[in-house]
Amino acid sequence: MVLPATRARGLVAATKAAQRRRRVDSGGGSPSPEPASRRAAVYVHWPYCEKRCSYCNFNKYIPRGVEEAAVRNCLVTEVHTLLRLSGVRRVESVFFGGGTPSLASPHTVAAVLEAVAQSAHLPADSEVTLEANPTSAPASRLAEFGAAGVNRLSIGLQSLDDTELQLLGRTHSSSDALRTLAEARRLFPGRVSVDLMLGLPAQQVGPWLRQLQELLHHCDDHLSLYQLSLERGTALFAQVQQGALPAPDPELAAEMYQEGRAMLQEAGFRQYEVSNFARNGALSTHNWTYWQCGQYLGIGPGAHGRFMLQGAEGRTREARIQTLEPDNWMKEVMLFGHGTRKRVPLGKLELLEEALTMGLRTDVGLTHQHWQQFEPPLTLWDIFGTNREVKELLEQDLLLLDHRGLRCSWKGLAVLDSLLLTLLPQLQKTWHQRTPSLVPGG
Amino acid sequence: MISCVLGAENFFQLLFCSSFALREKPDMSKFLVEDIRNFSIIAHVDHGKSTLADRLLELTGTIDKTKNNKQVLDKLQVERERGITVKAQTASLFYSFQGKQYLLNLIDTPGHVDFSYEVSRSLSACQGVLLVVDANEVGFFILYSICHHTVCFVISAKLGTNVESVLQAVIERIPPPKVHRKNPLKALVFDSTFDQYRGVIANVALFDGVVSKGDKIVSAHTQKMYEVNEVGVLNPNEQSTHKLYAGQVGYLIAGMKDVTEAQIGDTLYLHNHPVEPLPGFKSAKPMVFAGMYPVDQSEYNNLKSALEKLTLNDSSVTVHRDSSLALGAGWRLGFLGLLHMEVFNQRLEQEYNASVILTTPTVPYKAVLSSAKLIKEYRQKEITIINPAQFPDKSKVTEYLEPIVLGTIITPDEYTGKIMMLCQARRAVQQNMVFIDQNRVMLKYIFPLNEIVVDFYDSLKSLSSGYASFDYEDAGYQTAELVKMDILLNGNSIEELVTIVHRDKAHTVGKTICERLKDTLPRQLFEIAIQAAIGSKIIARETVKPYRKNVLAKCYGGDITRKMKLLKRQAEGKKRLRKIGNIEVPKDAFIKVLKNTN
Repeated sequence: MVLPATRARGLVAATKAAQRRRRVDSGGGSPSPEPASRRAAVYVHWPYCEKRCSYCNFNKYIPRGVEEAAVRNCLVTEVHTLLRLSGVRRVESVFFGGGTPSLASPHTVAAVLEAVAQSAHLPADSEVTLEANPTSAPASRLAEFGAAGVNRLSIGLQSLDDTELQLLGRTHSSSDALRTLAEARRLFPGRVSVDLMLGLPAQQVGPWLRQLQELLHHCDDHLSLYQLSLERGTALFAQVQQGALPAPDPELAAEMYQEGRAMLQEAGFRQYEVSNFARNGALSTHNWTYWQCGQYLGIGPGAHGRFMLQGAEGRTREARIQTLEPDNWMKEVMLFGHGTRKRVPLGKLELLEEALTMGLRTDVGLTHQHWQQFEPPLTLWDIFGTNREVKELLEQDLLLLDHRGLRCSWKGLAVLDSLLLTLLPQLQKTWHQRTPSLVPGG
Repeated sequence: MISCVLGAENFFQLLFCSSFALREKPDMSKFLVEDIRNFSIIAHVDHGKSTLADRLLELTGTIDKTKNNKQVLDKLQVERERGITVKAQTASLFYSFQGKQYLLNLIDTPGHVDFSYEVSRSLSACQGVLLVVDANEVGFFILYSICHHTVCFVISAKLGTNVESVLQAVIERIPPPKVHRKNPLKALVFDSTFDQYRGVIANVALFDGVVSKGDKIVSAHTQKMYEVNEVGVLNPNEQSTHKLYAGQVGYLIAGMKDVTEAQIGDTLYLHNHPVEPLPGFKSAKPMVFAGMYPVDQSEYNNLKSALEKLTLNDSSVTVHRDSSLALGAGWRLGFLGLLHMEVFNQRLEQEYNASVILTTPTVPYKAVLSSAKLIKEYRQKEITIINPAQFPDKSKVTEYLEPIVLGTIITPDEYTGKIMMLCQARRAVQQNMVFIDQNRVMLKYIFPLNEIVVDFYDSLKSLSSGYASFDYEDAGYQTAELVKMDILLNGNSIEELVTIVHRDKAHTVGKTICERLKDTLPRQLFEIAIQAAIGSKIIARETVKPYRKNVLAKCYGGDITRKMKLLKRQAEGKKRLRKIGNIEVPKDAFIKVLKNTN
């Protein structure tokens, strides 16, 4: 397995050159010779963690020992199979998420990227992101991931307060986090993102803003602010239920969010999505694909994908979910070449609903041009132009509908889920009025 | 005559009876008057009345002895969920004692004061009562009979220990009914239900005579004549028999098309053999009125047919067509009390899948008009107002009147202080207070009806740990300073919540309603001002702050499916919301507000 690494090293050099070119791009992606149905992003799920975080309800496992070679082979096999089934010719980004993918060996990352490059065209400037936890990613290891082909890091820093980090069940301290961040920036200049959480139990606005302020001294060009959502089945949820911790205050979280995004705007960051901020054009291409409703393949246990099968041109795409549990997933990959557990065909209306829901999360919103790519029977004007309730939202300065398209205002973005409760039924209503001959949802 | 009245909290559901499945029609003539006993059971909630009822049914072979006999008589979903009994039910038990077969009639009664008319009419058919003190573990039974025998038993209904002694005591201590088989038929209607296929099924207790299929009977109340199609006993399902004899309790089907033809308390007699009618019962009188409207006017006809079906089995609900600008076409319904109203609403939803808007319950107020124009319009000087929207302005009336009741509370004396304070807060005037034994007190108060309809009973129960009992009877009207109060959402009146209140209570009630609304209303994208107003004067205000953040933080490839599902479910739920101005309100928000408003 020397080959992939060799290729990857060459890839990393090319990528660095490409970064400079792409930096000014707004995330829309450079014009591609391939039609949309031949392009996709690839998500790779590494399901293992060292320790369970108190707030996390993701599909992850704390193993005694991972037979990494076996997992690697299965990831590689699944990449080949799904790329073949999809007929995708060009992969524009790869994202290693988890779990804790920085616990995987760089060799595994290289093998997966090699598999992608074998089955499809992986341009030298493709974004290849790895999620990394501060403790599991010492400098030497980060460099090895770079050599394997990773050209962007997303660091789960979460907080700069050690008490909060403990509450969250993280294994690192704030000094670990800052050290890792500095090393990452040295290795991947301009290509490092950090996550910061807000709205934790007992967290106050002032101290949190000071954390953000401090982070601004250390961070690179990309930041994500995530409000904690208490998920059933997590330790944190149980502690709050039992009264051992105060419930997070939604009012305070809202204030942190508003103050935080204002502070970041001040610091020259563009809020290009509900929770994501970038400067110097350092948007995440991979995540942008989700919000633009582009195709993506999900590789690994529990990964989700959305793509159209090869030879199904003119028909709709499928939502696919891979088998959750790693051992079962591996068995299925070995038997069938992939571990897809669930395939749901997405109707045309459903695709439009997703395009609306996801598109409005971004600052550019849903442009008329973008909407037309889904070949809708109705324009945005047809759907939203005359509705009274939508008009109220426009008048309240929550939403904008103009020659560019439909998008949230600064104020509206923070309450998008409420807006969608008006917009989605309106889309459904006009769809059913205009297309009575069509099978519902088909 | 052995008519047994079993007062079991949840004693309504009559399952098929297997071991006593009578394949042939039983000959009821062998049960002579002296072999019959009628009794009922009375107990506090959760003291095991239903469990005892199950054991008695098992012991007499009325139902199989299985592990599954849990509150066999709980039939309606609402009864099982709330642990209350809404409709009385009867079961005839056949029991051999000292070589002789007895017929024991157990009549079950509802426990809540709203349904007290059900209890009173049931009790009038029996000669003895079992008072259950606590039958869940090792419990006591006290047996009262009409002739004041009092016997105490320690039994465990749960384990079945000593339960048989209860049946023996019923036979030995409760006298047989004083009736005569030789006399002409005299039958008391004490309940009626409606069957889609067979028409009205009247539950009857025979005071004299015999009745059989083919007999021509007459209702003393309507003077209408019917031919009897079927008679039988309830054990606990309907089991037809050749005849029913004096002292026995059972059912009768005689081609009646509507439950109102089988008036509860009515006396039935043979054609050409008129008898002196039995005293009967006071008919159930609605005490609480509320508007009922379909959530969507397109559901009007469905709701109408659901209402018709449900009222066939509940003749105590009165129905008048009504309409409102905001809520469209609907009805104004009269109920016995708030619980009755809730139960009725719940049954509509559960049994008929109907979704309704209910307005604030109101009592029937009166106004003495001074305006000549209004007097001409109403063609009378004194009008009754069952819809707050029609409350005439003070400038057009001489005085307002509110209905009052005479309430009787019996309580262990340790709770007397607290209860007196409660009554005072409800504008009640004490009439009387006596010790009925060493530690129990009977209090009599005149209450304004509107002070007790909503939650008085619940408050009384909770501050007396469930020990105080409450009953009330109509006591006419008294002058009252009444005002109409509007509840506004951003300046728009909520028609469901228009209330008539006593002037002294307006501020408190208005404030409470506003506070409760604040807790019930979901946040919106804009601020909501909740106000209570009398005329143009605002007397209370609360504010619901707008949403400042409502958006999923993380929405990537693996989150889309879940998020879309959630959004669609929420959007679907939004369709069921009622709009007041531009404010979206869940339809149960107001009912939640109305509970415990005082």
